[in-house]
Amino acid sequence: MIGATLSNPPSEWQYVAAAYLAVFVFVLAWVAIIAAKLQRLQRQLAELVTRARADG
Amino acid sequence: MQKTLASNRVAGVALLAVVLMTAAIALIFFYAPTDPDQGFSQRIFYFHVPIALTAYACFGWGAWKALRVLWKRDEEADVQSYVAIHQGVVFGSLTLLTGSIWARASWGVWWTWSENQLVLFLVLFLFYCAYFMLRFSIEPGRQRANMSAVYALFGVVLIPVSFMAIRLSQKFIHPVVFNAHGPQMSGSQFLTFCVSLAAMLALFATLYNVELTGKRLDSHLRDLRELLA
Repeated sequence: MIGATLSNPPSEWQYVAAAYLAVFVFVLAWVAIIAAKLQRLQRQLAELVTRARADG
Repeated sequence: MQKTLASNRVAGVALLAVVLMTAAIALIFFYAPTDPDQGFSQRIFYFHVPIALTAYACFGWGAWKALRVLWKRDEEADVQSYVAIHQGVVFGSLTLLTGSIWARASWGVWWTWSENQLVLFLVLFLFYCAYFMLRFSIEPGRQRANMSAVYALFGVVLIPVSFMAIRLSQKFIHPVVFNAHGPQMSGSQFLTFCVSLAAMLALFATLYNVELTGKRLDSHLRDLRELLA
């Protein structure tokens, strides 16, 4: 069944692929945004720890 | 592993989302039969409709939290309402995008203004996009929480209107799958749809909890900075 689907793709195949790809790209972009945010929070926390240590 | 998941709800929900998403994709492409009317492009349905229903759920959850802001004076509910509406707008964008692709495959057009269902969903989506303009035009505090909550509650009225539009419409091309007689699809198609819906709701729960954790962390860091200043 998989082989038949891949060797003889239906005419709408590209649309189905595009729709599912859009969802995949969205999840990927979201993970990238959250990763960037986590890095920023980590940096800010490190700054605060340094400041707290300096203040004694 | 079990203890870690029990103590970390976000990780548990994320794992559930991954399992359900994998199962949904497997069912969509290797189990669900090709629809005799719409052909292969009908497989977009298994993601498009659950995404749309998840967007409604996000807006509904945001409105419920908004109600708690006004009713219980719950400050945490304000952030929860904001995050739910933010997720709703993201899922709404995906609904419009996947719907547009499906429309092109099935009807030959990317968009049609003659369909009440599409136009009302767009109105709902734009209404909630404007929520952010309102929210960020007011200084943080009680007033912002109240005004955002009232706006979120007004928007939720559009959800049943949007959902019922196609059923009330006399002339339509948008397919109606769920009517008074139940789901108009085979058992295997319905199972695939249910798993896809569960996967989308689990994805929403994951994104919602992660974003909420980020917001709380941000808030705690701000407090810490003020204490150290």
